[in-house]
Amino acid sequence: MTTASSADHPTRRDFLFVATGAAAAVGGLATLWPFVSQMNPDASTVAAGAPIEVDLTPIAEGQDIKVFWRGKPIYISHRTQKQIDEARQVQVSSLPDPQSDQARVKEGHDQWLVVIGICTHLGCIPIAHEGNYDGFFCPCHGSQYDSSGRIRQGPAPANLEVPPYQFVSDSKIQIG
Amino acid sequence: MSGPSEYQPTNPALKWIERRLPIFGLMHSSFVAYPTPRNLNYWWTFGAILSMMLGLQILTGVILAMHYTPEATMAFRSVESIVRDVNYGWLLRNMHASGASMFFLAVYIHMFRGLYYGSYKEPREVLWILGVIIYLLMMATGFMGYVLPWGQMSFWGATVITNLFSAIPYVGNSIVTLLWGGYSIGNPTLNRFFSLHYLLPFVIAGVVVLHVWALHVAGQNNPAGVEPKTEKDTLAFTPYATIKDLFGTSCFMLFYAWFIFYMPNYLGDADNYIPANPGVTPPHIVPEWYYLPFYAILRSIPNKLAGVTAMFSAILILAFLPWLDTARTRSSKYRPLAKQFFWVFVVVCVLLGYLGAKPPEGIYVIAGRILTFCYFAYFLILLPLLSRIERPSPVPNSIADDVLAKYGNKSAAAVSTVIMLAVAGALFAGSAQSARADEQETPPSQKWSFAGPFGTYDRGALQRGLKIYKEVCANCHGLSYIAFRNLADPGGPGYSSAQAAAFAAEYKIKDGPNDQGEMFERPGRPADYFPSPFPNEQAARVANGGGLPPDLSLIAKARSYERGFPWFVIDFFSQFQEQGPNYVSALLQGYQKTPAGVTLPEGAYYNKYFPGHAIKMPEPLTKGQVTYDDGSPATSEQYAKDISTFLMWAAEPQLEARKQLGLQVFAFLIIFTLLMYFTKKKVWADAH
Repeated sequence: MTTASSADHPTRRDFLFVATGAAAAVGGLATLWPFVSQMNPDASTVAAGAPIEVDLTPIAEGQDIKVFWRGKPIYISHRTQKQIDEARQVQVSSLPDPQSDQARVKEGHDQWLVVIGICTHLGCIPIAHEGNYDGFFCPCHGSQYDSSGRIRQGPAPANLEVPPYQFVSDSKIQIG
Repeated sequence: MSGPSEYQPTNPALKWIERRLPIFGLMHSSFVAYPTPRNLNYWWTFGAILSMMLGLQILTGVILAMHYTPEATMAFRSVESIVRDVNYGWLLRNMHASGASMFFLAVYIHMFRGLYYGSYKEPREVLWILGVIIYLLMMATGFMGYVLPWGQMSFWGATVITNLFSAIPYVGNSIVTLLWGGYSIGNPTLNRFFSLHYLLPFVIAGVVVLHVWALHVAGQNNPAGVEPKTEKDTLAFTPYATIKDLFGTSCFMLFYAWFIFYMPNYLGDADNYIPANPGVTPPHIVPEWYYLPFYAILRSIPNKLAGVTAMFSAILILAFLPWLDTARTRSSKYRPLAKQFFWVFVVVCVLLGYLGAKPPEGIYVIAGRILTFCYFAYFLILLPLLSRIERPSPVPNSIADDVLAKYGNKSAAAVSTVIMLAVAGALFAGSAQSARADEQETPPSQKWSFAGPFGTYDRGALQRGLKIYKEVCANCHGLSYIAFRNLADPGGPGYSSAQAAAFAAEYKIKDGPNDQGEMFERPGRPADYFPSPFPNEQAARVANGGGLPPDLSLIAKARSYERGFPWFVIDFFSQFQEQGPNYVSALLQGYQKTPAGVTLPEGAYYNKYFPGHAIKMPEPLTKGQVTYDDGSPATSEQYAKDISTFLMWAAEPQLEARKQLGLQVFAFLIIFTLLMYFTKKKVWADAH
């Protein structure tokens, strides 16, 4: 298997082998990419996950509704003044996940709370208007959220997530 | 070759594993140090090619199964959604479908190699029989795989093949019902075919392991048919055979890539782009090309049971080869009579394949019977006879001698082989194309902007075509595979997302039920699909005098016509696959006054290009009917061109992506193949 030219200096043969090996590696990786990429959400799933508009007029004060967006439940609460005040009277630094109520709602629309209804502990859906804080109660392991959707008690580490949304008009929001 | 290897890895971690499970020694003795005859030619690379193809089919298949729905009402649509929506879905689908054809092509070459060089003879009989088992499993797998898209040919091909079992006396009908899981091919059949199609390739992999094991016990055969005697006769598998196999594989990939990227539907049937309809049988039911010779044998015998028996016997007879051909000389290279009859046999197989796609009428029937006789005669009469009477040429003393003497008659054999295979391949490919009705008028070939390797869609034509569809065709025809968001996709009409959303909002889409339990209408959104004009087939027929206006999403791929010899050969190289748009365009302009002597059914119109000439659709596009905003002429030729372009896009929105990626892949593969060629030459330089 040995021939005259050996490993004194890089030969044309070595260059050829390196080039072929490099081409094979590049080709292999490039070929691998579509096999990985196909697992990402396909175009119809992405399209179905487009922003949705929700009309707020049917929601009376003190009521809430649940809509689905990207497969996740989203609570839209029309809070009473009492709920807003309770949320704002809490000392923010005492919260397990400190966040002011103002940071979780849109300015000028303080009565509307929009949160993703997935408990930040292990993913159950908390029940609205339950618990000691006039907010949400998660039946799985007893996490309790307040009227701003912030964690107050229980094993959940973080507040209920606020999805991206904006007010299209005073009575309509677009989620996503 | 047998017995534990003495190989010891140097790395201590690997040494630890080796002592407990000697896998590295096994790998080393099987694929690195394994002595390989040094005179093997490129026909011997097909084993590696087949292993690669099995791996690729399994990989692409498992991935396709992540997106496919094996249920009769959803299967067809799930395949289309893979092609249109899944990232690189079109690529995976094309790889798997073309891969099946490539897999069979490679296996036929591999088998013919075995036939020619006597690789089935003692001591390789079990190796050969394992190969026949693999081949049978491949045929079952391929058959079931073709059913899965649930197109017209999937459904009816399955009906024909499963009905074969009713030929078995007494228990035949019960067996068929058992296979079907119902009173006809239906959802239960589809579900079980999916399950088995997923399973069998792994069974094949297991038998392949046995096949390679049996091979390693006996060692490779070689072109001289003389067993290795000394170390001078063999070379280590790595790097010699490894590099040669890689080079052969690279060339094969080039051929494979041509199908994936440029001719994905060449070997398929246009009818499979029509969703399965149990109430309508296609005019010509044809299996995939790799089954055609056996299909021809089946149809040659007028008796049902005898035909089925003949077809299965044609495959099983291969297993008996070692006992039918008992000649002492292994390789046909040194058997002048056997060599010639071998090539006659190859031609017989190819001609049988050609006949398998022809309608069983007239001369085709007679030819089929003669060729079926020839096929069996080769195995049952000719080979045993030659074993007794043939006087072979002298065989070289050893492999080493064969290598030294080689540089002489190699080129003549190679050239004739290539010519034979080219003819064979051309005829095969042509027969796959030929199962169209002969009474059909051939549409004229138009120039299309999307034809050829650098083809793209003319955006203006797409936009004008969309306008025609919306104003004229949409009154009767659905376009349910196209969503409004597709209008903004790259490679399409080129609208922006906002324009597509505005276009969607003009439509009223049925949605619901709402909280009152009622269905309601709302404006369309980009994610919605084009609504169909009729809620169901019956309503469509009532509104159209009994005729059913087909959904137009796939019409440009669901229609085709015979191109005849030599065109179907040229088409392969020129990348011609525009039969669909040619047909649609011709049909739209093909309305004529009914000729004298022809009576049309009630409510039908005479069309030159419609099969049977009686079409229920009145002429849809006349001059001036649609006004164009961009100043293009409002003539019926322009309409036909634009709507055909639009419909081609609707059938294949990923065409531009396919051709672009194809260009890059080809550039890479050509460079890589050249690099592999020079690497192979360098590695083998000291072996000769």
